Amino acid sequence: MSGTPAGRHYLNSAYGIRSWLLTVDHKRIALLYLTSVTLMFMLGGVFAALVRLELLTPAGDFFHADTYNKMFTMHGIVMVFFFLIPGIPAVLGNFLIPMMVGARDLAFPRLNLLSWYLFTIGAVFTLFNIVIGGVDTGWTFYTPYSSAYTTTNIVPVALGIFISGFSSILTGLNFIVTIHKMRAPGLTWFRLPLFVWAHYAYSIIVILGTPVIAITIVLLALERVFHLGFFDPALGGDPVLFQHFFWFYSHPAVYIMILPAMGVISEIIACFSRKRVFGYSFVAASSLAIALLGFLVWGHHMFVSSQSVFAGLIFSILSFLVAIPSAVKVFNWTSTLYRGSISFQTPMLYAFGFLGLFTIGGLTGLMLATLGIDVHVHDTYFIVAHFHYIMVGGTVMAYLGGLHYWWPKITGRMYPEWWGRLSALIVFIGFNLTFFPQFIVGYLGMPRRYYAYPPEFQVLNVMSTAGASILGVGYLIPLVYMIWSMRYGKAATANPFGATGLEWQTSSPPATENFAEPPIVTEEAYAYDRIPVPERGVYAG
Amino acid sequence: MHSDFPLFPVQGSAQAREVDLLFVTTVLLALFFATLISVLLIVFAVKYRRRPKDRPPAPIHGSTVLEILWSSIPFVLAMVIFAWGAAVYFRLNRPPDDTMTVNVVGKRWMWKLQHPSGRREINELHVPVGTAVRLNLTSEDVIHSFYVPAFRVKADALPGRYTTTWFQATRPGRYHLFCAEYCGTQHSGMIGWVEAMEPEAFQAWLSGGPGQVPMAAAGERLFNDLGCVTCHSARSGDRGPSLDALYGSTIRLQTGETVTADAAYLREAILFPAARVTAGYLPVMPTFRGLVNEEGILELIEYLKSRAESQGGAAAAAVAPARSPSPGKEVPTP
Ligand code: HEM
Ligand SMILES: [Cu+2]
Repeated sequence: MSGTPAGRHYLNSAYGIRSWLLTVDHKRIALLYLTSVTLMFMLGGVFAALVRLELLTPAGDFFHADTYNKMFTMHGIVMVFFFLIPGIPAVLGNFLIPMMVGARDLAFPRLNLLSWYLFTIGAVFTLFNIVIGGVDTGWTFYTPYSSAYTTTNIVPVALGIFISGFSSILTGLNFIVTIHKMRAPGLTWFRLPLFVWAHYAYSIIVILGTPVIAITIVLLALERVFHLGFFDPALGGDPVLFQHFFWFYSHPAVYIMILPAMGVISEIIACFSRKRVFGYSFVAASSLAIALLGFLVWGHHMFVSSQSVFAGLIFSILSFLVAIPSAVKVFNWTSTLYRGSISFQTPMLYAFGFLGLFTIGGLTGLMLATLGIDVHVHDTYFIVAHFHYIMVGGTVMAYLGGLHYWWPKITGRMYPEWWGRLSALIVFIGFNLTFFPQFIVGYLGMPRRYYAYPPEFQVLNVMSTAGASILGVGYLIPLVYMIWSMRYGKAATANPFGATGLEWQTSSPPATENFAEPPIVTEEAYAYDRIPVPERGVYAG
Repeated sequence: MHSDFPLFPVQGSAQAREVDLLFVTTVLLALFFATLISVLLIVFAVKYRRRPKDRPPAPIHGSTVLEILWSSIPFVLAMVIFAWGAAVYFRLNRPPDDTMTVNVVGKRWMWKLQHPSGRREINELHVPVGTAVRLNLTSEDVIHSFYVPAFRVKADALPGRYTTTWFQATRPGRYHLFCAEYCGTQHSGMIGWVEAMEPEAFQAWLSGGPGQVPMAAAGERLFNDLGCVTCHSARSGDRGPSLDALYGSTIRLQTGETVTADAAYLREAILFPAARVTAGYLPVMPTFRGLVNEEGILELIEYLKSRAESQGGAAAAAVAPARSPSPGKEVPTP
C-alpha cells in the first residue's frame, strides 16, 4: 500500500529545522505557509464555533457580551487577514507559479522567505493580543469606536495586520516579476495557465491596495495613541473618512481572495473534463477587468452612512458592472463541461461545489448592489450569509479543491479518494445548512454582531449552528487524512491526473531545481484534445 | 423553542411594499440564473461523464458570439435592476413636504428620542400611522444605525453630523427598533420598539407625559442660561451677529465664501466657533463644547429656527435651502 517516492527531491534534499527555516526554495516556503495558514484556519474555526454556540439561544447566556464581541472580531481578523488573503497565493501560488512558467524559483527567493517571516511575525503579534485580552471592534475597526472608545488592544493587532500586509506586497511583487521575466522559451502570455493569469491580476490589486490599508492602520494607531484628529469628530476628524480608506482596500481585498480561487477552478475544470477552458482569453481578460473595476466600488459598503444619493448611484452602477466579468467566468466554466469527458474525483467535486456556492454568493451580491434593497439588509445576517457564500463557498472550496489536486505533486503521495469525496459532500451540505438560513434571518431583520436576539429568530439560528457542526466535521476530515497520507498514502506518479501544464512534467515531488532541463513550450495551456483520455479514475484510492 | 417562526418580515410602511417587490423580483431573477447554471452543470455532468475508453473530447475552444451574448444579457438585466433600485432609493431619501420631525440621538447604549412638542422617550418611538415621519439623527459617541426592519428603513447616526431618513407607518403595531452598526458591549441591547398608533391616540399620547417644554422653548432657556444672549442681542451692541433671521439664510464668511446656516452649520458654530467666522466679526466666540450636549444643541437649533419663522415665515421659507441631494448635509426643514 505505501510506496516511497523515489529519488532525490525538494523534501529529502536536506533535513533538519534549519534547512526549512532558512530555505529559499519556493516549494518549501509554500509548505511553511501551508503550516501557518492551516493553524490560523483552525483557530478562526474555533472562534466561529464559539460564536455559533452563543447564537444557539436568543439570550446571551454562554459568554459575556464583551467576550462574544472579541470572539467574532478575532474570527473575522484571523480568517480575513491570516487565512483568506494569504491562503491560495501563498501556498498554491508559491508552489506552482515558478513551475507553471517553467522557472527554477521565483524571481526573488530571499524576499519570498522574508515574506513568510513577516506573515508569521504579524500573526504572532495578533495572537499575542488574544492572550493579553483581545480586541472587540469587529474586523472593520470602525472609528471613533476603535480610535477613542474601546479599551481593548487595537495597537498590537493593527501592528500585526500592518506587518502581514508587507508580506502580501512582497509576494505580489515577486509574482509579477516572475511572470514577466522568467517564462520558459515559447511560453507566450496567451499560453499561460489561467491560474497564472489570476495570480497576475491578484498581484496588481495587492500592490496597489495594500499600502492603503497599511496607511489607514497607521493613522488609526496614531490617533489612538496621540489623539491626532483624523477620524474622531470630537478631535475635528471625520469618521466616514475612515470607512472610505478602509473599504478602498477591503473591497478589492475580496478580489484578492477570490481571483486566485478562480484560477484554481479553471485548472481543475479543464483537467477533469479534459477540455481547454471555454473562451480562454475571455476568462483571462475578465481577471484583469475584475482587478481594475474592483477598485471603484468600495462605496457600496456605505449606502446608509450619510453618503450622498449621487455617490450611491455611482457606486451601485459600478458594482453591477464588476459583477459581469464574474458572471462571464461562471458561464465559461459551465460550457467547458460541454462534450467533455468528466471525471468526478475529489478536486472536481470541490470545483462543482465552488460553482454552486459562488453563483449564489454572486447573485445575492447583485441584490446588495441594488440600492433600494441594501438599505434594508445592510449590516444584517443577509450580509453575513452573502460574504460567507463568496469567501467560504468560493475561496475555501477552491483552496481545498486545489490542495487535493496538487497534493500528489506537493507530497508525492495520493490522498485517499473515497474520503476526499466524502469530505467534499459533507462540506457542501454543512455549508448550505449553515449559511442559507442566514439569508432569511437577515431579511427578517436580524442585525449582525448581535450576541442576543429576539426569540422569533431562534429556529433559523439553530439550523445554522447545526449546519456549522456538520461543516466543521467536513473540514476536519481532510486535515486528518492529509496528514495520514503524507506517510501512508499511495505513491504518486509524476502526472496522476493526466493533466497538461508544466508542473506535471516533472517528478512528484519535484526536484529542488524543479526541472532537470529548462522546458521549452510549444503548445497552449490546455491541449487536452491532443492527449489520450486516461482510464476512468486513473487512480481510484 | 419559540413557536413564532416567521419567514418574511411584516410590512409596516409604504416603503416596505416597494422594497419587497424589488427584492422578490431579484430573488426570482437569481433563482432563474442559479437554476440555469445548476441544470446545465447536472446535465453536462451526467451526459458527458467519463466512460471507459472515452475518445478525446470535442475540441471546442470558445465562441465570441456566446461571450457577447452572455455578457450583454446580464448587463441589460443588471441595468434594469440598478435603475429600479435607484428609484426606490431616491424615494427612501426624499421625504414628502409635510412631515413631522423627530430628533434622534444615539448613545451607548440607548436611543434618545425627542418630539418637537418636547415629549421625550428612550428606546420607544411613538408615531402616528399615515403621517410621514422624518428622523433627524445624530450620535453622542460612536456610530450607531437606526434600523426598523418592518419599515425597511435604516440610517447611520454619526457623531458630529446630522443625517436624516423618513418613513410612513401604514398600520398600527409594535415594531422592532435595532441598532445595526456595531457600537460596543451592549450593541445587541441597544434595541427598542416603534409604536405606530392611530392619529387620535398619538395626539393623546403626545400631549401626555410629565411637564413637557416644547423644544424651541427649552432652546430659548438654554440660549439665556448659556449666555449666548450676552453677545447675540440688540443690547450687546455689535459683538455678535443678530440671530433673528439666521436659520436657513445665506451668510458671508470672513474668507469670502458663503454658507447656508443649516443645522450642521449652527452645530459647528456652537462647538467649533473659530472654524467659520461670519464676515465683519472677530473670532471671539468661546466654544460651548462640554457645556451643552447633543440634545441641547438640537433644542438651540429648534429655537433659532422658530425665531427665523416668526421673522416672517414666507421670507424664511424662501431662503430655506433647496433640499440637497446629500442626506448627510440635509437640513431639518420645518
Ligand atoms: C464553520 C464555518 C463558519 C461559521 C459557522 C462562521 C460563523 C460566523 C458568524 C456567525 C459570523 C457573524 C458574527 C456576527 O456578525 O455576529 C461570522 C462572521 C465572519 N466570518 Fe465566519 N464563519 C465560518 C467560517 C468562516 C470562514 C472560513 C471565514 C473566512 C475564511 C469566515 C469569515 C468571516 C468574517 C470575515 C466575518 C466578519 C467578522 C466581523 O463581523 O467582524 N468565516 N462568521
Ligand atoms: Cu449602537
